[in-house]
Amino acid sequence: MQPLEMSAVDLVAALRQGDITAVESATVFLDRIEATNGSINAFLAVDREGALARAADIDARRKAGKPVGPLAGLPVALKDVLCTSDMPTTCASKMLEGFRPPYDADVVARLRRADAVFLGKTNMDEFAMGGSNENSAFGPVRNPWDLSRTPGGSSGGSAACVAGDMAPVAIGSDTGGSIRQPAGLCGITGLKPTYGRVSRRGLIAFASSLDQIGPMARSAADCALIMETIAGHDPGDSTSLAVDVPRYTDLLDKPLAGVRIGRVPEHFAAGLDPEVAKGVEEAFAVLMAAGATVHDVQLPHAKYGIPTYYLVAPCEASSNLARYDGAHYGHRCKDPGQRTAGHTGGFESPLVEMYCRSRAEGFGPEVKRRIMLGTYALSAGYYEAYYAKALRVRRLIRQDYLDAFQTVDLIGGPVSATPAFKLGEKTDDPLAMYLVDLYTVGTNLAGVGGISFPCGFTKSGLPIGFQLQAPPLAEPLLLQAADRFQRLTDWHRRRPQAVGVVKT
Amino acid sequence: MSTSPQTLTSKDVAKVGLLSRLALSEADLERMTGELSKIVGFVSMLGELDTADVAPLAHPLDTQNVFRDDVPVASLSTPEALQSAPRHDGSCFLVPAVLGDSGAA
Repeated sequence: MQPLEMSAVDLVAALRQGDITAVESATVFLDRIEATNGSINAFLAVDREGALARAADIDARRKAGKPVGPLAGLPVALKDVLCTSDMPTTCASKMLEGFRPPYDADVVARLRRADAVFLGKTNMDEFAMGGSNENSAFGPVRNPWDLSRTPGGSSGGSAACVAGDMAPVAIGSDTGGSIRQPAGLCGITGLKPTYGRVSRRGLIAFASSLDQIGPMARSAADCALIMETIAGHDPGDSTSLAVDVPRYTDLLDKPLAGVRIGRVPEHFAAGLDPEVAKGVEEAFAVLMAAGATVHDVQLPHAKYGIPTYYLVAPCEASSNLARYDGAHYGHRCKDPGQRTAGHTGGFESPLVEMYCRSRAEGFGPEVKRRIMLGTYALSAGYYEAYYAKALRVRRLIRQDYLDAFQTVDLIGGPVSATPAFKLGEKTDDPLAMYLVDLYTVGTNLAGVGGISFPCGFTKSGLPIGFQLQAPPLAEPLLLQAADRFQRLTDWHRRRPQAVGVVKT
Repeated sequence: MSTSPQTLTSKDVAKVGLLSRLALSEADLERMTGELSKIVGFVSMLGELDTADVAPLAHPLDTQNVFRDDVPVASLSTPEALQSAPRHDGSCFLVPAVLGDSGAA
């Protein structure tokens, strides 16, 4: 079997056994990226030289009988929201074009210690704000299953590069569905761990109480492998949980007998694409055939998830993104201090003018919208009515989950209401784009975990995603259920044909 | 859908623009006023819920404040901290005047 087609688990084993070298493996993926990235635009930066040097070092150590890490030689793609000291980190924003972080994100450092080989940085919605990857300042990512469609977002590059065989594994981040929704739309598997399970240090902050890093790969087993490296306590992130990391890969092969899966009737209301509904119902049937039982559960405040999320996340973003001031790093406007025509209102000082113009030039429209929405909702006179109100509803939403998990072990359902939509379809209507997050934001508001994996295809050949959500720290059960599903089905083994013939 | 649709005026949005430290052209202001009004109208549906007895939840974990051990550790060196600065003099970040009218560079 060729490395392009191998699971991460198999590739790590082949590398360990000497069936393939790290240099050979890296070369195959780098060549594939070179051949296909022109049409997919999944990567913003490719580090061929660094990857090959790293791979050669691993091969040399292995040959000399020296110790190597558990992922030795495994190629990994990193969402460009993760700080890397040896690669640019842009968050797909003009604001950070050319930015070189002075340190590695904790996740990046862990992967380095495990001897993973970084291929490059993947495209995304600017500052992880979006559900279609069209908010990237460096052009949208195209879905490998249909190049006229979105891969989803915000981790669209990470999803598309795995779906398009440009990397066996990618790291994403999920604030309101940004791992699970693109995984669903691209036919791959993506895990959003419990809040605090993976350190956020060096993850460029969007909404700090919602952001979480997770693996995106072809299978639950591959996600389990990566979680063993990236999960764990980090003293550098005060919200990181000091809880032992299970051996996820050892916990996969258990029967689902007795596992209770909740089904939320409202998930199947109007708005859910009939083909998606059918795929999701069939996935429930597979899980039942594997021994799980399915029970109706209620999440009474689920319909308030989107409005709650679109207050909480922008409020936190408006604060987090205040750091982009044109002074410490990032974009600065030309000729600061020279008042320019065409702007409304006065600025308070030359310094404030520099802030305002640098930020106006550096941020794209969606980032500006969210900063302004958050600033408005936090401003005097509106704080209680909007931000505090949203936090109160957030408690109700979390309580819904805790109540539901009294009677079921997992909650299943669709990950998004439709398969991948056309590029440009929703770009003129910010609110329509926000509704894309309907099934995913609750997980983040509640701080629990969720996984998305393929459960079928539409007649036109687009992947359909299934989502499972679990109580805090129940990642072993999420991975076990998804893995069991993947032992009984082959949806996750399907490959898009479109990119096979694409030439740059 | 919304119980109290809050319509923003362009004056509100201009103020939010300054608080957000974002320069807005007249065209930006007009577009943002429409878009933000629509979004604020939508999120106002939370007003349907009686939350008088519900405490705000700012964070999903019930963790307490976390302190690290009180021992010195290395931090970024000056060159590292300055490496991506748009302007610096080798030891400080350089910025336009903090006080005074805009225009007096």
